[in-house]
Amino acid sequence: MTAPAPCLPFELVIPSDLGEARRVQAEIERALHAVQFHEHDIFAVKLALEEALVNAIKHGNQMDRGKLVRVAYHVAPDRFEVQITDEGPGFDPADVPDPTAPENLERPCGRGLLLMRHYMTEVAYHDRGRAVRMAKVRRNGAK
Amino acid sequence: MTPQPRRRRLEVEDIGDITVVNFVDKKILDEQNIQVIGEQLFSLVDELGRRKVLLNFKNVEFLSSAALGKLITMNRKLQSAGGKLILCEIDPQIYEVFEITKLNKLFTIHKDEQTGLQSF
Repeated sequence: MTAPAPCLPFELVIPSDLGEARRVQAEIERALHAVQFHEHDIFAVKLALEEALVNAIKHGNQMDRGKLVRVAYHVAPDRFEVQITDEGPGFDPADVPDPTAPENLERPCGRGLLLMRHYMTEVAYHDRGRAVRMAKVRRNGAK
Repeated sequence: MTPQPRRRRLEVEDIGDITVVNFVDKKILDEQNIQVIGEQLFSLVDELGRRKVLLNFKNVEFLSSAALGKLITMNRKLQSAGGKLILCEIDPQIYEVFEITKLNKLFTIHKDEQTGLQSF
C-alpha cells in the first residue's frame, strides 16, 4: 500500500540533514504556540517530531543528503496532524523489540517509536513504513 | 576539510571523590552533540578513572531517545568498573520520558543534588 495523499495544507521537503529537521521543528512549534496549544502538548509534539524525523533521516534515508524527507502538516486549534515520508527501504514497526522488556532495558536504542506512540494521540504507518502519520488532539484546559 | 573544534558540552566539578556533571545544553538533541556528550561522559570513566558520577539535569529542558542511549552506556561502563551513576534534578516532563521507557527502574534518580551526593 502506498502512502495516502496527505491532504495536509503545508508541505516542506528537506534533504536528509538534521539541521534542516531542526528548522522544520521550530516552524511547527511556532505554529502550535500561535494557536495556544498547551505547553505539555507542545513538548509531546516536539519529542514525537524529533524521533520521527531522526528515524526518517538516519534509519530511513541513511543520512544520504540526496534523499528527501517530506513533512506535510496541519495545525488547528484543537488538533495537530503531520505526515513524515522518507525515501528509504521502509520497515515493519512490529519487528522493533519492546524496549521496556527487562531483557531490552539496557539496549541503548529502540525507544523512539515507543515515545511517539505514548505522546501522540494517533500514530499510523503507511507505504511499508516509509511514511508515518501522527496526530495530537489538544487537551482541554482542565488537564 | 578541517574538523570544527569541539565545544565543551559538560561542566564537571569534583566534590570529594564524587564527580558532579552539569549539561551545558538545554536541549540534548542534535546527533553530533549527543555523540560529543557521550564521548565526554565516557572519558570521565575510561580516561580519568572517575567511579562516582552524579549527573545533574537542572539545565536540561528537552532530550530525545538518542540521549537516553548514551546514559545507558555510561551506566553500564560505571557498573562494570565497580562505580556508580546517579541522576538528579530531572524536570518533571523529562522524568516522564524515563517513566515511559521504564528507565527510572534502571537508573538511580534523586530529586536534588544534595540527596544524590549522600547516596553514593
